[in-house]
Amino acid sequence: MLDAPVLIAVSLLYLGLLFAVAWWGDKRADQGRSIIANPTIYALSMAVYCTTWTFYGSVGRAAVSGIGFLPVYLGPTLVMALGWFVLLKMIRIVKANRITSIADFISSRYGKSHLLGGLVTIIAVVGIIPYIALQLKAVSSTVSLFLSYPEIVMPNRSPTLPVAADISFYIALILAAFTIVFGTRHLDATERHEGMVAAIALESGVKLVAFIAVGVFVTYGLYDGFGDIFEHVETHPELRHLTSAIPSGQGYTGWFALIMLSAMAVLFLPRQFQVAVVENVNEAHLKRAAWLFPLYLLLINLFVLPIALGGLLHFSGQGVDADTFVLTLPMSQRQEGLALLVFIGGLSAGTGMVIVETIALSTMVCNDLVMPLLLRHQRETLEEARDLSGLLLGIRRGAIVAILLLGYLYFRLAGEAYALVAIGLISFSAVAQFAPAMIGGMYWRGGTRGGALAGLSAGFLVWGYTLLLPSFAKSGWLPDGFLTQGVFGMELLRPQQLFGLTGIDEISHCLFWSFLANIGAYVGVSLLRPPEVAEATQATVFVDALKESGPIGAVLWRGRAKVSDLQELVGRFLGPTKAELAFAGYARRHGVGEGNALEADARLVQFSESLLAGAIGSASARVMVASVAKEEPLSIDEVMHILDEASQLRTYSRELERKSRELTAATLELQEANERLQELDRVKDDIMSSVTHELRTPLTSIRAFSELLRDDPRMHLADRVRFLGLIVSEAERLTRLINQTLDLAKIESGRADWNACELDLKEVIEQSMAATSQLFREKEAHVELDLPDNLPLILADRDRLIQVMLNLLSNAAKFLTPGSGRVRVALCRLADQLEVCVADNGPGIRPEDQELVFEKFRQVGDTMTAKPSGTGLGLPISRRIVEHLGGRLWVESVPGEGATFRFTLPLAPVQEQAPALAAGG
Amino acid sequence: MHRRILAGDRLIAAFLVGCVLFNYPLLSLFDRPTEIFGIPLVYAYVFCAWIAVIGLMAWAIEGRIR
Repeated sequence: MLDAPVLIAVSLLYLGLLFAVAWWGDKRADQGRSIIANPTIYALSMAVYCTTWTFYGSVGRAAVSGIGFLPVYLGPTLVMALGWFVLLKMIRIVKANRITSIADFISSRYGKSHLLGGLVTIIAVVGIIPYIALQLKAVSSTVSLFLSYPEIVMPNRSPTLPVAADISFYIALILAAFTIVFGTRHLDATERHEGMVAAIALESGVKLVAFIAVGVFVTYGLYDGFGDIFEHVETHPELRHLTSAIPSGQGYTGWFALIMLSAMAVLFLPRQFQVAVVENVNEAHLKRAAWLFPLYLLLINLFVLPIALGGLLHFSGQGVDADTFVLTLPMSQRQEGLALLVFIGGLSAGTGMVIVETIALSTMVCNDLVMPLLLRHQRETLEEARDLSGLLLGIRRGAIVAILLLGYLYFRLAGEAYALVAIGLISFSAVAQFAPAMIGGMYWRGGTRGGALAGLSAGFLVWGYTLLLPSFAKSGWLPDGFLTQGVFGMELLRPQQLFGLTGIDEISHCLFWSFLANIGAYVGVSLLRPPEVAEATQATVFVDALKESGPIGAVLWRGRAKVSDLQELVGRFLGPTKAELAFAGYARRHGVGEGNALEADARLVQFSESLLAGAIGSASARVMVASVAKEEPLSIDEVMHILDEASQLRTYSRELERKSRELTAATLELQEANERLQELDRVKDDIMSSVTHELRTPLTSIRAFSELLRDDPRMHLADRVRFLGLIVSEAERLTRLINQTLDLAKIESGRADWNACELDLKEVIEQSMAATSQLFREKEAHVELDLPDNLPLILADRDRLIQVMLNLLSNAAKFLTPGSGRVRVALCRLADQLEVCVADNGPGIRPEDQELVFEKFRQVGDTMTAKPSGTGLGLPISRRIVEHLGGRLWVESVPGEGATFRFTLPLAPVQEQAPALAAGG
Repeated sequence: MHRRILAGDRLIAAFLVGCVLFNYPLLSLFDRPTEIFGIPLVYAYVFCAWIAVIGLMAWAIEGRIR
C-alpha cells in the first residue's frame, strides 16, 4: 500500500492540516483570542530546534560515535536554565524596539547600522542555506526509500537526473509556497505569525510521537527491552565501543565544545530567535518552557541509541545507511502504518525547520539587505511611492523563493558529499559567531559598531577557513593539498591544524580559533575609541532593558517633525489604513486630540520609528524618519548628560519610594500608638468611675444606717447595735478599699516598698492559714494541706506574700457552699521554682471570665442575683505582687467543679545560699 | 520579589550543577565499560544527570517557597 499516490495523498493531507491549523491560529489571533498563548505551545514551538538532522541524523551519528550525539541537546538544557535571564532580556529588548530578527537586533544595538545588519544577514544566509539543503535531502531520500518499497534500496543520487524529474525540486517549490502563505500573508508591524507558531507546535508534537513510536517498536517489539539490545551488542565486539565510552575521536574537549556550541546555537539560530524571542506572546511563558523544552529534548533522544544499535545489528553487512534506520527498521518488518507515521514525523521535522528558518531569513534579507540597498540607490522612487507595503511583501516572498531555490541548488551540487552530511555542526558554528556581539551588546556598554563589525568579520572568516572550506575539500571540490599542505603550501596555515594546533577535533579547533579572533577583535576594536552618540544611546536601551523606566529613545530625540508627514511615511510602508489606525490608537492612549497637534513630540517620532522598524528594520526606519523630520544632532556630552539625568531620576524615584514606604510605616505606628493611648484613657476613665462607684456603695450604706439611727431615737437596743455593727463593717470595707487602691497604684507606679529576704514558703502559708482559719470554720469547710518539708528557700517580701495568700484563701472561702466546702492548699517544687495551689470546690469560673477576674474592679458572676462581697482589687493586686517577685499567677477552672488558683515563685539564687550552707555545715 | 530572586538563584545553581555533571572530570568517572541493570554505565549516567538537572529546574520554577 505504500506507493507513490498514497504517499503524496498523505503528505498533502498533512500539509493541508497544518495549513488549517495555521489559518485557525491567525484567525483567533485577529480576534484577540490567541491559541498559542500557553507555555506548553511555546515550548513545543522551540522544539523546531529538532530538525531532520535530529529525527534521522541522531541515529546516524549514534551509529558512528555512540553517545557522541548527546551534547547537542545537553547544551540547550543548560542554556534554558539561564533562559530566565538571557532570553527574558532579549524578549524585553525585542518588544520595546520592535526588532524582528537577529540581524536587526545586532544592527540596532550598535547604533542602527546598515552595514552590520547586512553582515549578519550574509553570515546567517551562508551558514543556514546548506542546512536547508540538508532538510530537502532528508525529505527527498525518504520519499525515494518509499518508492522502492518493499525492497530497501539506498537512494542513489545521480546528478544526471533532470531538474524537472527531481522530486526534491517540487518539494522545495511546495515548501516555498507554503512558507509564503504562512509567513507573508500580511505585513505586520510586530512581525509575529501566530498561525505559523501553532502549526510548528503541532509538528513538534507529531515528530516526537513518531520518534518515540519507532523507539518503542524497536526496543520492545524487535528486541526485548534496553537490556536485551545491549546484551546483543556484547556479542559484537565491533559495536562495543559505541556503548562503553565517550567516542575517542571526540574526547572530553570535543564533548565540551559541542555543549557550548549547541548552547549558543539554541539562542542564536535565526529560527530559534524567531520562535523563542520574536514570536513570544507573554514573557511569563518562558518559565515553564524553560524546563519543558529540555524535557522534550530528553524524550526525543531516549531511544536514539537503541534504534542505532538495533539497526546496526539488524542490517549488519547489508549496506543500509544508519541515517535511514528510523524509517528502514519499520519498513523491513512490514510495519507500513508505523513507516508512514515516521515519514510524517520526518516531514514535520523538515518542513518545520524550513518554514521558520526561511521566514526568519527572508525578514533579514528584506530589512537588512534589500531595503538598505534600495534606500541608497532608489531613494527618490521610495520617497515618491504612495504605498510600499506591496513592495515589501514582494521582496519577502521573492527572498523566500530565492532562499529555498538556493537550498535546492546546494543540495543538487553537494549530493552525498561530506559538505552536506556534516553541515549541522558547521551551521551551528556559523551562528555561534553572533554570540560575542549579542551577549556583549546586552551586558556591556562599551561595545561599538566597529568592534562588532571587526569581531563578526574575523570570526566568520576564520570559520570559513577552518570549517567550511575544509568541508569543500573533503567533498572533492577543492584540491586535497589545501587540507594537508595548507594554502600556498604553507604548513603553518593548514586549515584544520592552524598554526600547528593538533590533538582536538575539527569543531573544537574551529570554535577556539574563531572565538579567539571574534572576541579579540570585538573587544579590542571596541576599546580603541569611546562609543558615539547613537551607540551610547542604544547601549543604554539594551543594557538597561530590565530596569523599569520609560522609553529612553524618546528622551534622546530633539527636533521638529509634522504629524501628517510621519503618518504618511508610516502609511507608505504599512498601508494607509493601518497607519491611520495606529496613529489614532496612539492619540487615544496618550490623550492627544486627533489632528490637533501639527507638531509631533519626541514620543510620537519614536513611536513612528518603532512602527517602521517592525516593517523595514531599525536602521532603515531611522533613515526614513530622518528624511521627514528635522533632527537636531545631539553631542555625545549632551547624550551622556541626559542619560545621567535619566538614571539620576530613577535613583531619586527609588529613594522617594523608599521614603514613602517608611512614611507609611511610621503613620501606621503612630496610629497604633494613638489607639493604645485612647484605650488607656478609656481604662483610666473606667477605673475612676469604678472607684467612685465602689466608694459610694459603702458610703451610702453608712449614711442610710446613720440616718435611721438619728431619725428613730426609740429604736431597740438590739437593732441599734446591729446597725452600728454594719456601719463599722462598711467603714472598714471603705478603708480597705482605699488602702488597696493606694496599694495598687503604688505597685503599678513602682513606688512600693519591698523588703526582700530569704524565707520558707511553707511557713508563710501556715501563717496565712492560721489567719484565715476562722473564715473556713464559719463555712464548716474541710481544709486539706499538702506542704512538704525541706523545700529550698525563696527570695521574697514576707508581708506581700502573706497578702497574696490571704487574698487567695479568703477568695476561696467566699465562694464555698456552707457545710460541703472543701479547700486544698498544696506546695510543690518544679524545676527551678516553687508552685502554690489553692483549690476550692465552689461554683468555678467560666473560661471567658478566667482572665477577667484579674482586672481591677471586675467581680465576675451573676451580679443580678448574688453580688460577691469584696473590693474587686484583691486578685489584681496579688497578680502584680507575684509578677513583681518573678512568678506567675493564674487560674484553672471547670465551671461547677471549683477553681484552682496557682502561682509560681522562683527559687533564691544558689550562690547566695551556698555560703549559708557551708557555714551551717 | 523575594520569590523571584530565590527562583533565579536556584536556576543559576541548576545551571552550574549541570555544567559540572555533564563535563570532565565527573563524566570521566562513569566513562568505563561497565553496565548497570544491563545498561552501559555512561549512557545511564548521562540520562540520569539530565533528568536530575531538568527536575532541579522544574523545582526552581514551579516549586513553592516555604
